[in-house]
Amino acid sequence: MTQIKELKVSAIENGTVIDHIPSKNVFQVIKILHLEEAGDMVLFGTNLESKKYGKKGIVKASNKFFKKHEINKIGLVAPNATLIVIKDFQVKTKEVVKLPDTIEDIVKCFNPNCITNHEKVTTRFTVVDKEAVKLRCHYCEKITDKKNLIIR
Amino acid sequence: MKNKSLVSISDYTKEQQLHLLDVAEGFEKNPRQNLLNNYVVATLFFEPSTRTRLSFESAVSYLGGKIIGFSDTSSTSVQKGESLRDTIRTVANYSDVIVMRHPKEGAARFASEVSKVPIVNAGDGANQHPTQCLLDLYSIRKTQGTLDGLNVAFVGDLKYGRTVHSLVQALCQFNCKFHLVSPLELKLPSSVKVHIKEKKMEYMQYTELEEVIPKVDILYMTRIQKERFADPMEYEKIKNSFILKNEMLQKTKSNMKILHPLPRVNEIDEDVDDNKRAYYFQQALNGVYVRQALLTLILGLK
Ligand SMILES: [Zn+2]
Repeated sequence: MTQIKELKVSAIENGTVIDHIPSKNVFQVIKILHLEEAGDMVLFGTNLESKKYGKKGIVKASNKFFKKHEINKIGLVAPNATLIVIKDFQVKTKEVVKLPDTIEDIVKCFNPNCITNHEKVTTRFTVVDKEAVKLRCHYCEKITDKKNLIIR
Repeated sequence: MKNKSLVSISDYTKEQQLHLLDVAEGFEKNPRQNLLNNYVVATLFFEPSTRTRLSFESAVSYLGGKIIGFSDTSSTSVQKGESLRDTIRTVANYSDVIVMRHPKEGAARFASEVSKVPIVNAGDGANQHPTQCLLDLYSIRKTQGTLDGLNVAFVGDLKYGRTVHSLVQALCQFNCKFHLVSPLELKLPSSVKVHIKEKKMEYMQYTELEEVIPKVDILYMTRIQKERFADPMEYEKIKNSFILKNEMLQKTKSNMKILHPLPRVNEIDEDVDDNKRAYYFQQALNGVYVRQALLTLILGLK
């Protein structure tokens, strides 16, 4: 018990903590943010007890600070994640990740006949449902939903 | 509407659509005007569609414009692997407006973002074909005198027909009642029904054609393709129940008109053609006036 507790709170000096990730999506978050290539310490946990969600996952990345479009990516697989920026062991900012109204570049359109899958085109989507994660392609106008979601 | 591409019907407001129909009426009265003298219109057909291309080229020719382009890609640089981006940028140097048809969905939207001249979408895969939608609206208004408060039946393949999807959506701007007649396998998808529900309009679904005929002002027929059925036996079972025959037109409203986007195969019996309710050939001709209106509005000549 004390050991689990220790992992949860084990602090990082500088970096970012992503909390309240759905447990099954922790590895996806790591992949999306390319943390497997990180040079500094990365801690992660899955199936941790959470008052809010029952089970949750967490990722702590030392010396990593994310840009806006990287935060958007997290929102696609962990729509309720909390993003905590740490500087000198202190919480600098704490915000809930929210899907933006539009998403550029990071998602592949699921429609195989969409022009974005044949030409060099930056994908663009309107988020039509933030809860269920439904994205309407700006080009082919088809809906890519959670089960068809591929991050490119 | 000057310099504004038309990719989806919803790119134009209801007011702009109605204004375009008004301008088209002027061209119906007088289709030969020298408005496009010295203008070059490119028609790029990345997949063949003779009917649509001829309609655009006829529209341009009656107005004295010049046409450049291709009717399929077999002898073009596209065949050599040129990107759509490069083709559009090149042709935009040589023309005032580009009319394009492409097999990939979203191609026209993409083209409108890389082109310095406006783009008119003449069909992008299964997605949009807005000039078909405008000529349908024109034909309905022309025959009924209004677009409001009509009873409109759609018959046939309501699942895959993009013409039906666009027109249903466009008619949702007006107060219409929808009668949807299709085999169970080819019902109108919920992604389109959502527009009807949003506007709180009435719709009814049928699997028999006969009972809607006396109720409606517009009977919009479409073709049912055998390939749409997983089980060929299912197709054989239903194929004859969605064919319109002259004898079925005994009890119709007097103002009722039959529309069809063409080409038809056998879903409207040829003996219907001489019935005064048959409007589908005039409907196709209306496409020329609507395209004349669109091109002159985009070029700022009207
Ligand atoms: Zn798409």
